[in-house]
Amino acid sequence: MSVADLTFLALLLPFLGAIVAPLVTRILGHNAAWALALVPVAIFLHLTGFSAEIARGEVVTGGYAWVPSFQVRFSWLIDGLSLTFMLLISGIGALIVLYSGGYLKGHPHQGRFFSFLLMFMGSMLGLVASDSFLMLFIFWELTSITSFLLIGFDHQREAARRAALQALVVTGGGGLFLLAGLIILWNMTGISQFSLLTAFAPQVKASPLYLAALILVLGGAFTKSAQFPFHFWLPNAMEAPTPVSAYLHSATMVKAGVYLLMRLYPVLGGTPAWQIILPVFGAATLIIGALLAVRQTDLKLMLAYTTVSSLGLLVLLTGFGAPYAIEAAALYLVAHCLFKGALFMVAGSIDHETGMRDVTRLGGLRSAMPLTFAAALASAASMGGLPPFFGFLAKEEVYAALYAFDGRAIIFAALAVVGNALMFAAAFAVALKPFIGKRVETPQAAHEAPLLLWLGPAVLALMGLAVALLSGTVHQLITSPMASAIAGEARVVTISLAPHFGVPAALSTLTVLLGIGFYLRLARLRAAIAAALAAIGWGPDRGFDQAMRGLVRLSCAVTRRLQTGRLDIYMTATFTLLAVVLIVPPFLYGELARAPVFPQDIPLHELAIMAIAVIGLVAVILAQDRLTAIVSLGIQGFSVAVIFLLYGAPDLAFTQFMIETLAVVILALVMTRLRLSPSDHRPLRESLPDAAIALACGLGATLFLLKVTQAPFDTGLSDFFNQYSKTIAHGANVVNVIIVDFRGTDTLGEIAVVMIAALAILSLVRLRAGSLRRIADNDPDAEEASR
Amino acid sequence: MRSLILRTVAPLIVGLMVLFSIFVLLRGHNEPGGGFIGGLIAVAALSIYGIAFGVETVRRAIVFHPLAIAGAGLMLSTLSGLVSMVFHVPFMTGLWIYPVILGEEVPLSSVMTFDIGVYLVVVGAVTSVALSLEERGED
Repeated sequence: MSVADLTFLALLLPFLGAIVAPLVTRILGHNAAWALALVPVAIFLHLTGFSAEIARGEVVTGGYAWVPSFQVRFSWLIDGLSLTFMLLISGIGALIVLYSGGYLKGHPHQGRFFSFLLMFMGSMLGLVASDSFLMLFIFWELTSITSFLLIGFDHQREAARRAALQALVVTGGGGLFLLAGLIILWNMTGISQFSLLTAFAPQVKASPLYLAALILVLGGAFTKSAQFPFHFWLPNAMEAPTPVSAYLHSATMVKAGVYLLMRLYPVLGGTPAWQIILPVFGAATLIIGALLAVRQTDLKLMLAYTTVSSLGLLVLLTGFGAPYAIEAAALYLVAHCLFKGALFMVAGSIDHETGMRDVTRLGGLRSAMPLTFAAALASAASMGGLPPFFGFLAKEEVYAALYAFDGRAIIFAALAVVGNALMFAAAFAVALKPFIGKRVETPQAAHEAPLLLWLGPAVLALMGLAVALLSGTVHQLITSPMASAIAGEARVVTISLAPHFGVPAALSTLTVLLGIGFYLRLARLRAAIAAALAAIGWGPDRGFDQAMRGLVRLSCAVTRRLQTGRLDIYMTATFTLLAVVLIVPPFLYGELARAPVFPQDIPLHELAIMAIAVIGLVAVILAQDRLTAIVSLGIQGFSVAVIFLLYGAPDLAFTQFMIETLAVVILALVMTRLRLSPSDHRPLRESLPDAAIALACGLGATLFLLKVTQAPFDTGLSDFFNQYSKTIAHGANVVNVIIVDFRGTDTLGEIAVVMIAALAILSLVRLRAGSLRRIADNDPDAEEASR
Repeated sequence: MRSLILRTVAPLIVGLMVLFSIFVLLRGHNEPGGGFIGGLIAVAALSIYGIAFGVETVRRAIVFHPLAIAGAGLMLSTLSGLVSMVFHVPFMTGLWIYPVILGEEVPLSSVMTFDIGVYLVVVGAVTSVALSLEERGED
């Protein structure tokens, strides 16, 4: 097997794992985690094989033709950026699978959970590996869908269902923006692959559509990466089980937006619009996220808002465009994945062991959970930017990027210091508060988490330390190639733990001091923010509900107007339209049929048949009751069938006879069902409009048929069928050969339609009138009234 | 319908009609006929049976739920089209074999099984509609 085949297999493997996961879990119970973790481990090992090439600054591409007629390829692009993401996804993914084994031990649907988790992993790997636009979009939406499934995993709670739907609407909707943006880029350049797009960067930036493409792409990135004002779905997504929060909503999926910005930086980045929009939204998200994080008391919600804040910082850096900014973004992204993943798992362990995660009602767990405490402290130190952890390096680089003596930079540096200090306070509130102080009574007696639960956070916390200590190697293998891939030119990251002094170090110290201050006054700060929020009283989360409610109300109003549920109105509309379509265009375009010449020598029997048809029509109109009218309609149908027979179309005539017979039978049955009065008692002024519509339809059909028969007849097809029916298809009956052989695929479609129509009719017949109303009525006003 | 005459002759007529429908189905490739027409004749036969003896009797007589028959027919037709893939020819290409049965050469083809599928879909779908309407009409 070639490397390309193996890479394809690696991209496919999580989905295969998802298929077998429920079965494996049924056999092995929660220990299935050990077996299923082999999937990400195998992917991780395969990917490390690329690191030498990537460190040399090379790019690995590969793929297969997918939809050749549209030049769509299933192709991947592995460079410093995507390799780092893929290593994080598969590496943290392995730990998360193990953690889920312990966290959901004994849950009846643990197999399903593993399945969803692996599906997400596959989607996320596909997203960052994608080279072609369409593939990226498909995986982008797949991550939204799997995230929906995972947030709503506990589907019996309404809050979980709402959060799942909200995340899907926001991120899935953003995906549509992204699709539009990518299509604009595609149209602009004729290129649908990221690896080839960079060469067209000047052309893209000069294009009048640049701004439109940028805003659409940002619409996708900002919703996915929870930028203000689309941040609200991320805290709500904390309804998901904690492994999901740790994996999707801190380490991987929410970074997809940042990934996209980084991927498109060489193409779209560096323009004034980019350098204004991104830092402004990023800084707003940074500050608002950090303030809201401090306001929370729930461990997971605090972490969720700091994630929002960190994503803001990443967007700010990606947009900033100063020296070191890209390097800082690369460093901070890796650091954030490590410490935030670990802290979420710690929060989950505390919740799992004590049955509660309110930071104000936890304390003194240090002796009960020493390993968890150690992992928490190490992660918080990294998050707070303390040496010798990786977060410290990242923060130094951030300040190095933001530090400059122009006005713009000073504002952003100040915002970053405040935001980071708030995050520092939040980090230690999560990692220190529950463990120190007096032991507090909790719903469950706390004791150390089992191996599966502390392994993940411990490994990630140690990684946070190890990558800082081995910074030289890490920069060479990971961060430098990543920064180079983002920037589109060679960049070298040099920062290390070696003591250095200067403005960045001073800002770092200031941040820590400020952070300690915030931590000590946490309760007062929380009260102040809560009061401010209460004063505002409205947030995007409420706005989302209002928007959804408005949407439902609008569609209800439109439906009520268009779908009255009265058959006569539907029939009138349909046939009026038919008459208009048949009659108006011939007059409009002067395409009226010539008056037909009445043939001289019609045999007597043909005249007689026509006379019978006319008699049938008269009988229909004059019939006293409905049943007679239906049967009389049959007279007319049978006469037409006889005419077919006389003119050499036995198959058609045959079918017409059967259809007429069955139509009369079925119509008669329908009439008995409808419980109508036996005859039509409407006054003349009500039935006259119907008569007019019927006449107009008849007139239109006549004109149309005359016109069709007067057009010159192209015999190409019938000649072909006549010639080859016997020789190729071995059938003498041309009509049947056309139906089952020449046009067999059409027939297949038709019988499928017959089948579906029968199903639909059957379900309609079985519906009782009462239940019909209940199903159709989901009017929000009525719902409110009934509450 | 409690008509003694109808009840007496119905089994005879229905049997003949079903037989005729199969005859029409099988001869369709060379003479007027085919799956669609054959199916309609069979539906007419079943309707007569239903009018004479009631819906329950028809349901018992055809053993399977009519929609199951239709589903089987759709499946058969689809498979008849897919067989061609095994022989690396395009979807729905007609394939013929000529086995000799009792000294007679009998041409058989995927086209014929396709037509049988059409027959089954028409019988199943229309019968299910007719029967359900008739059933509800009684209560």
